[in-house]
Amino acid sequence: MSEREPIPSPEAFRDEVVKSYPGKVGKKRAKHILVNDPEVPAEIEANVRTIPGIISQRGCCYAGCKGVVMGPIKDMVHIVHGPIGCSYYAWLSRRNQAATGDGIANFIHYAFSTDMQEEDIVFGGEKKLAQACREAYALLKPTAIGLYSTCPVGLIGDDVHAVARQMKEELGINVFGFSCEGYKGVSQSAGHHIANNGLFKNVVGENDTPVDHPFSINLLGEYNIGGDAFEIERILELCGIHLVATFSGNVKYDDIAQSHNAKLNVVMCHRSINYMAEMMESKFGIPWFKVNFIGADSTAKSLRKIAEYFGNEDLTARVEAVIADELAKVVSVRADVASRLAGKTAMLFVGGSRAHHYQDLFSEVGMTSVAAGYEFAHRDDYEGRRVLPTIKVDADTRNIEELHITADDTRYSPRRTPEELAAAEKKGFNWRDYDGMMSQMKKGTLVIDDISHFEMEKLIATYKPDIFCSGVKDKYVVEKMGVPCKQLHSYDYGGPYAGFIGATNFYQEIDRMIGKRISKLISPPWKQQSA
Amino acid sequence: MRKIAIYGKGGIGKSTTTQNTVAGLAEWGKKVMVVGCDPKADSTRLLLGGLAQKTVLDTLRDEGEDVELDEILKPGYAKTACVESGGPEPGVGCAGRGIITSINMLEQLGAYTPDLDYTFYDVLGDVVCGGFAMPIRDGKAEEIYIVVSGEMMAMYAANNICKGIVKFAQSGKVRLGGLICNSRKCDNEKELIEALAAKLGTQMIHFVPRDNVVQHAELNRKTVIEYAPTAAQADEYRTLARKIDANKMFVIPTPLTMEDLEELLVKYGLAA
Repeated sequence: MSEREPIPSPEAFRDEVVKSYPGKVGKKRAKHILVNDPEVPAEIEANVRTIPGIISQRGCCYAGCKGVVMGPIKDMVHIVHGPIGCSYYAWLSRRNQAATGDGIANFIHYAFSTDMQEEDIVFGGEKKLAQACREAYALLKPTAIGLYSTCPVGLIGDDVHAVARQMKEELGINVFGFSCEGYKGVSQSAGHHIANNGLFKNVVGENDTPVDHPFSINLLGEYNIGGDAFEIERILELCGIHLVATFSGNVKYDDIAQSHNAKLNVVMCHRSINYMAEMMESKFGIPWFKVNFIGADSTAKSLRKIAEYFGNEDLTARVEAVIADELAKVVSVRADVASRLAGKTAMLFVGGSRAHHYQDLFSEVGMTSVAAGYEFAHRDDYEGRRVLPTIKVDADTRNIEELHITADDTRYSPRRTPEELAAAEKKGFNWRDYDGMMSQMKKGTLVIDDISHFEMEKLIATYKPDIFCSGVKDKYVVEKMGVPCKQLHSYDYGGPYAGFIGATNFYQEIDRMIGKRISKLISPPWKQQSA
Repeated sequence: MRKIAIYGKGGIGKSTTTQNTVAGLAEWGKKVMVVGCDPKADSTRLLLGGLAQKTVLDTLRDEGEDVELDEILKPGYAKTACVESGGPEPGVGCAGRGIITSINMLEQLGAYTPDLDYTFYDVLGDVVCGGFAMPIRDGKAEEIYIVVSGEMMAMYAANNICKGIVKFAQSGKVRLGGLICNSRKCDNEKELIEALAAKLGTQMIHFVPRDNVVQHAELNRKTVIEYAPTAAQADEYRTLARKIDANKMFVIPTPLTMEDLEELLVKYGLAA
């Protein structure tokens, strides 16, 4: 589209995209593409099957379970039961980091696989899996072992749970399995849920050592990509807030086993871990609310909410001092970067919370997020948790086990009484809150769920954003179109982007990417040759 | 070489019928290979005089990829070549994938020599998954014979197998050669199966009567042709062998709806 033509309205864009598809496909995709109204978020179709033939950004159930939620637990050995490719492509590709030292084991830089061969498919692979557990234990003495099912395991019926029970007894450490075959569910989201269930059933509550700290919290849904968790840990420590366990960036098995003794759960990535927050509240009485450490102002806001929860004057003062100190360092960089970036546009199509969280960073430097969407989120991540009762449970969701949790007989101890929860709520303190992406995005912006490659290219060609955020599957297609692409799965080679230092890093990185003129200075071969 | 697969409901007598037919062809001078595609590995027992065969998959497991053809291909009655694909114990692994592996292995090792007149695949039960359909995919088998009796479930299975054939016939060379009725002495059995064959667009190639000599031969680990060459039953199998050898009727079947099938049974079975 040449620059002289008027920029189409989002409604016109949507109609044109829908029209380009065959009738049925267009009808389905139309439900995933909305023109936003933050006052009354419309109902979006999400967490349903991708239409075959469409190039989707999505990953599989196994990727969500092993790759996202379980993989970062550093002193466990994670054995992938399946052909080697499944293991290879889950091998550090998410750039989770882990700190070692003080005798803390870290195995996340290894890839463990049963390397299933045809023979194992034909005759079954349970014996090989048991042998892999023995070998891993003999070599590394991990704290625990997780067993992850790939697609063929489900087809041939290997019982990873039976092997886990047998190995737990034989080796004397916790061994537990996950039926997270790649084909389950409609995306990696199914794997997150399965991982939450497995962690909750097998690890949380295994270590009853009390947590002796007045301000102890768990951070749920932070996976330490590019060192994000390190920065959050640094800030919490400055504030005097004790982090018991992060689910699951830079975390030890024992931290999670003890996490039921924390006083509060805060949730970063709502999509991947809200199940855990809910289950821990039901069983142990730990309240939870949503936080966001992506963005300096968001970080400050989240810290203040945690301080408010504890209601301790000293803590509040200390938190305020940290915020003042840290923000002072951020603002000068921010003002400088904003002087160049204000008014620029961003598009974000990634994850189940990142496409929302990173809008905070962009708005801090005066940029507008003109289009966004998630790969695998559900309606509540778009429209807010208020729509939870109206989400229809389809067959794909029913295939994923839903645990029904009741209060623990001896260990249920509500950190706040129902009256206290209600009183705080009356004063404007929201529990179990997530308002979703749409209420925060501007009127007339585009919200597209499970964006297709076609829609993405059309979006870029039409609106020419100054930066596009997604993952490696799209990155180079986007950059060939002359638009810089920031990967928000792996952060390319950068990070951390969380907290205060992370915000500074991100401003500078976006400034560099948008400011670079490399694509304007060179003429690629495909533009030099005539057809 | 003609490539034939025998399908049919479990327990219908596929292995017995196959081996006796093969014995008939071999006795007549035809060069035949039998590939058992049942994890129980009992498809060549009568030709070999017992379960003397080490399966392809067991050999693969023990020897690795370095398998010699003579380790898995044993000579049986009248110079027949006998192979058992084998498979996992019940409830473990994937027997279907095992069949694919073992047929691929046979091809790699050059088991399909030009001097062969026939290859017979004796396949487990109904077509249950892609692996068991392997012999009728990719031109491994081109002629299918379905062993059936006048019993409802046997006919139901035969009709189902026809659906599988239709699917693969459209993309390949596989055709239905006919139904072999292995009599259970049901009422009007011959007429019933002839009517079923007509509905399916095929023929009942032979009606094999029930005879106790089959049981005796099996107990002696022999085909009827070897155990009692002069018995009338031996001649039945010889006739079946000649009919298959002379068969020219290869069709894409027209499977029945459940209603049609039941109507057929009522007409020839219950109503009689």
